[in-house]
Amino acid sequence: MTPLEARARRWGGAFGRTGLLMFFVSFLAFPFYWMLITTFKTTQDLHDITNNPYLFNDPPTLHHLVVLFEDTQYLQWLANTGLVGLAVVAITLLLALPAGYALARMTGAWAQTLGVAIFLTYLVPPTILFVPFSRIIAALGLQDSLWSLVLVYPSFTVPFCSWLLMGFFKAIPRDLEEAAMVDGLSRLGAFLKVVMPISLAGVLTAVIFTFTLVTQEFVYGVTFITSSASYTVSVGVPTFLVRGDVYFWGSMMGACLIASVPIAIVYNLFVDRFVAGFTVGAGK
Amino acid sequence: MATVEARGVSKYFDDVHAVDGIDLVAREGEFLALLGPSGCGKTTLMRIIAGLERPTAGDVVIDGEVVTDLPPRARNVAMVFQSYALYPHLSVAKNISFPLRALGTERGEIARKVGWAARMFGIEHLLARKPRQLSGGERQRVALARAVVREPVVFLLDEPLSNLDAKLRNAARDELKQFQRHLGTTTIYVTHDQAEAMGLGDRIAVLNHGKVCQIGTPQEIYGRPVDVFVATFIGSPPMNLVEEEDIWLGFRPEAFLPRQVERSEGSVEFPFRVTRVEYLGAERLVYGVIEGRASDAHVISKLPTNVRADITPGERHVFVVRSRDIDRFDRQSGRRIDGGAP
Ligand SMILES: Nc1ncnc2c1ncn2[C@@H]1O[C@H](COP(=O)(O)OP(=O)(O)OP(=O)(O)O)[C@@H](O)[C@H]1O
Ligand SMILES: [Mg+2]
Repeated sequence: MTPLEARARRWGGAFGRTGLLMFFVSFLAFPFYWMLITTFKTTQDLHDITNNPYLFNDPPTLHHLVVLFEDTQYLQWLANTGLVGLAVVAITLLLALPAGYALARMTGAWAQTLGVAIFLTYLVPPTILFVPFSRIIAALGLQDSLWSLVLVYPSFTVPFCSWLLMGFFKAIPRDLEEAAMVDGLSRLGAFLKVVMPISLAGVLTAVIFTFTLVTQEFVYGVTFITSSASYTVSVGVPTFLVRGDVYFWGSMMGACLIASVPIAIVYNLFVDRFVAGFTVGAGK
Repeated sequence: MATVEARGVSKYFDDVHAVDGIDLVAREGEFLALLGPSGCGKTTLMRIIAGLERPTAGDVVIDGEVVTDLPPRARNVAMVFQSYALYPHLSVAKNISFPLRALGTERGEIARKVGWAARMFGIEHLLARKPRQLSGGERQRVALARAVVREPVVFLLDEPLSNLDAKLRNAARDELKQFQRHLGTTTIYVTHDQAEAMGLGDRIAVLNHGKVCQIGTPQEIYGRPVDVFVATFIGSPPMNLVEEEDIWLGFRPEAFLPRQVERSEGSVEFPFRVTRVEYLGAERLVYGVIEGRASDAHVISKLPTNVRADITPGERHVFVVRSRDIDRFDRQSGRRIDGGAP
């Protein structure tokens, strides 16, 4: 190979990589771009099919955001989502941390079976479960209350996170906990002082996942909540911004953008640990 | 300082008898080496003493007190794991001070003791690092520093040197012995390396299949093995065994010498056909077969280089062993038979 060929090859490789990267970046960033420009386009601009859809043909407008914040209870929905999210995260951690740890440290065939059984409950779809749940919620008098969601959401976040955390805990050598116990701690102390700090990435993964699942959940939300003041974002937005066959595209996209950007930013801050979180269980 | 005692300790995992009725005493300030082949239950016994494993039967006694039902934290023992088990999220300083913080020691005292332990192992310059930024030898020192800082009544060391390369291992062996002498803390040391056990141990306990075969000083273990297992497990190359009626005759390779070298009275002669000779610098290993018996016995002779006898493969020689260098073992039970030789 002549030096010229080698150089051509190197450049070709670099271009190939850059091209591939560009493709994926635009592929992944496109939804955000679409939400962003739709939020600020005038309605005429949006509906005129002769316009270039990727650009502002009319000057940008804040009209849709004004509609979102003044004509709907969007802020209230955000607050509701946040509240439910935090409560569910707390409940999930409280249950999934000990469950995941127990599954990881239990020996014998039982642990394996139990782990799979717990994961299977995650796979039962809400469309089947909401009938029995609605009776329970009625019996508890929680209809139309955010607490009904706080009660129901852990039914899928707990199994999922137990499974996820089990993978993390399994990756921690037993020696470490045992060393901590010989060094003067109880098992609980060893869990709090050694296991927890080491699996911080896992806990973080569980938190983000729980929060995301809560934010996007629709079926339970629309079933158990009837008054608009108690809606979460995922229920309020499609209910209020789709009237018959009229779609308030600009406001909808604005609503989605505002709800998704914080989560996207948090994901990005922890992306390395996050990826580690998913591969950790893979290597046995 | 304390004594550590195992009284009839057994541990069964389903039908595996990992530890099978062990009675053992580590005396005050003693360095006791547990030596045995892989899977003989050394680690399990250590874990039982530390309280990490509950014995199926028997008791652990530390300093005259039965501690079988106490959790590890209440036993004031320090353990160095084979993996070192350094806490990866903590700095070296925090690793060393961990047991002290668990005890709720006050700050000035912690700083003083960490400084003392770090100086003892020469790791003061590493205190700010994380374990992953250390070499194997440095990790081992940190693990030892963490073990001594609390001034425990007993050290339990589970093959602490096995992750080090040969050269470092020799240096570390020296240091280990020195600091143990210096502190005078009772130490139980697990190894499957006989050189380590012989070099370090005040006494050695040889384990096999979860049982103690023999406890004694290195000289006793080497010189008067109680059975065929100990005789062949200790020593490198191992003891030669030759059939004679219903006993084994056992003799060390270094006691098996050409007749022209060993002329003393009361020697037993063996016709020896040489098959192979290995030069190892300071010594020669001569492999061969003892002939003229019911079945051929393969034996090894270890000759120091100052024995200049000309020996080449294929030749037949007369080799001798002094009678008092011959051990006799029962062929059935493998036990030593005493009083046979003068
Ligand atoms: N948790 C366990 N469950 C089942 N069997 C076990 C368990 N721990 C140890 N064993 C078995 O007990 C026996 C003794 O194991 P142990 O770890 O004490 O051996 P060891 O002497 O330390 O060996 P090595 O020199 O290889 O470290 C082995 O046969 C092992 O398979
Ligand atoms: Mg072991």
